[in-house]
Amino acid sequence: MDLARRSLPRPRGIEMPRSPLVAVAVLTAAMVGRAAPVRAQAAGPEQIEALRRELAQLRAEYTERLAALEARIAALPGGAAPLEAPTLPPEAPAEPATAAEVPPGSAGAGGPAGPLPVYGGMGSKVFNPDIAVIGNFLGATGRNDVDPTPSLGMEEAEASFQAIVDPYARADFFVAFGPDGAELEEGFITFPTLPGGFLMKVGKIKGAFGKINTQHPHVWSWTDRPLVNLNLLGEEGFADSGISLSRLVPNPWLFLEATGEVYRGESEGLFAAPRRRDLAYLGHLRAYRDLGESTNVEVGGSFLRGHNDQGPGSTTRLWGVDATLRWRPLRRAIYHRFLARTELMWSRRELGDSAADAFGFYVSGDYQFARRWFVGGRFDQSERADDPSRRDRAGSVVLTFWPSEFSQVRGQLRRTRYGEGTTANELLFQFLFSIGAHGAHVF
Amino acid sequence: MNLRLLVPMLAAALLAAPGVHAAGPLNVVTTTEDLAAIAREVGGDRVKVEALSRGYQDPHFVEAKPSFVLKLNRADLLIAVGRELEIGWLPPLVTQSRNSRIQPGANGYLDASLTARILEIPTGQITRAMGDVHPQGNPHYWLDPGNGRRVAQAIAQKLSTLRRDDAAFFAQREADFAGRLAAAEKRWDALMAPYKGTRVVTYHRSWPNFAERFGLNVIGYVEPRPGIPPSPSHTLDLIQEMKRQNVKLILVEPYFDLKTPNAVARETGARVVVLLPSVGGEKGVEDYIKLFDYDIDTLVSAIKETGAR
Repeated sequence: MDLARRSLPRPRGIEMPRSPLVAVAVLTAAMVGRAAPVRAQAAGPEQIEALRRELAQLRAEYTERLAALEARIAALPGGAAPLEAPTLPPEAPAEPATAAEVPPGSAGAGGPAGPLPVYGGMGSKVFNPDIAVIGNFLGATGRNDVDPTPSLGMEEAEASFQAIVDPYARADFFVAFGPDGAELEEGFITFPTLPGGFLMKVGKIKGAFGKINTQHPHVWSWTDRPLVNLNLLGEEGFADSGISLSRLVPNPWLFLEATGEVYRGESEGLFAAPRRRDLAYLGHLRAYRDLGESTNVEVGGSFLRGHNDQGPGSTTRLWGVDATLRWRPLRRAIYHRFLARTELMWSRRELGDSAADAFGFYVSGDYQFARRWFVGGRFDQSERADDPSRRDRAGSVVLTFWPSEFSQVRGQLRRTRYGEGTTANELLFQFLFSIGAHGAHVF
Repeated sequence: MNLRLLVPMLAAALLAAPGVHAAGPLNVVTTTEDLAAIAREVGGDRVKVEALSRGYQDPHFVEAKPSFVLKLNRADLLIAVGRELEIGWLPPLVTQSRNSRIQPGANGYLDASLTARILEIPTGQITRAMGDVHPQGNPHYWLDPGNGRRVAQAIAQKLSTLRRDDAAFFAQREADFAGRLAAAEKRWDALMAPYKGTRVVTYHRSWPNFAERFGLNVIGYVEPRPGIPPSPSHTLDLIQEMKRQNVKLILVEPYFDLKTPNAVARETGARVVVLLPSVGGEKGVEDYIKLFDYDIDTLVSAIKETGAR
């Protein structure tokens, strides 16, 4: 830096940022270094002489070009007054080349010769992660006094970046851009092949509590989060920074997967962790079995415990049970399928000396009746985590159209009876659209 | 509470360690039945082969069922079609398999397309406006027996690196398969020779390799663009084009709805022929050579009966 400034002072009258000057100096050094393929430090007197000549030649060229440029500027109509010819200091000689510290690995220091590596060529682009953006546009009509969503809103744009890290891991990032700004929805590294058959995830993760909580909103068959998830797991569900470890439990009968997770214990509307020891713990057991080539059934159990915001030592515990039945005939897999699912959750939230026990569930069914058409229904019921005397209920009918696998248009008629006693009848509609390479979803 | 629940769970998981894979036949898992059939030809009784998808299933849209995770968990070798055919379902299965042997780049992962002859590799800008285009070329390459032979060679090589002692066995079986395939090809060529250049319409772009090998002339598709379901305007255009060129055959894969093809057939006097893109597409079509036997026989009799040219 110092060297560059000393040897190439800014010509008067020309406003130039400092960094290009530095760049010029470095480039010059690199070029000179390449022209005379010697270790700069070990240069003999005749080599220095050669360098000196070359630099003098460069300097002459440089001065000439600048003068020509100035002449052209002056010749422009209304052009600036001729600038003073740049004068290079008489002693700008080979010193930059001899004294410049060539970083190890760069041209001239035994590193790759040739122009500086330009990142963004084909060679480096192939290692770019798969990038996709999914837009989720949500509209609502009708009246809702308790939990109104905007009439029209770009609810979320989810950007995903996914790639293999190295032979041992892959990484997935999901950044959600919503009305409240950008948020890391998930961002984790997965080690798929740890010793002992473990699969480990580290990062910000959607906790493996039930089914819906782990999924991103764009894969749901509805426009909204079921009431039980909303009331018992918080507005955005349970997602937190933590470590997840899961393993298959070998047995001759079925697919059985055990998952244990540890989290910081901070999730909006659910857990608060002012102290380091206020960790949250999650356990999940998932069983799956094929009932033939078209039909299969999956059952899961979940437990989650963390500290809430009701004072030190005050915890919230949650238990969950989920069951899914799927049918999809293989010969007509792209035309017909059916999925029935239920999730039940119990929450015990300690409020100082007392505790609030709340229960909620949903039951849903989705049927694909044509290649691009899906119809579904859902019934929701849930008490509120901190006030179980308030119980919300809702029923929905959903119709979805897929122009292609990359976009969906959805309408949902929803009738909600809130614990306050008010009823909301709404029509929600949604446009989902995906560009780029979004990785396949876990079943 | 948390520890009381988690510790026994993890302990149970740890204690039940998976079995060791040293002896016995190699566990080979393939994504399609075609690859499974070829792997059986090469591996004989030294391998145990299982396919994830069925031959009558659209290989683009297979569900990533957890039962597949179990199969992959035990696999010594995973053979995939590649060219992004399985992009929608295989990657998460491999990640969840907890099996280091078959991760991409590992020795137990074989992309069968690497040595195959691939057609329709797009040049220039591609976008999804073109439908479900495969940026790395058409993945239905196994429908050319020449590629079947190349895949068999690749599998033999891979099996030999996994079981060095059996290398000669695999090489001998591979040569035997290549010989039988060559003899069968002569038969198929003789059957198809009189009908070179027959004009056909296919539902999806599944058949470029087959058409090129056996001299069919594909003049159009029921799908307006790959992966996009038929649209009325495209169907009308197709009917006109078929009438103009007097096309008598519509080839349909077994996993597509026959409504549109049948409607087109009624309008044009053509015949809908369900041709199998994969082993296992029908009962009795249980190996690679029988797949072509079935397809060529079906095609030849349909050509004879309709007088297609």
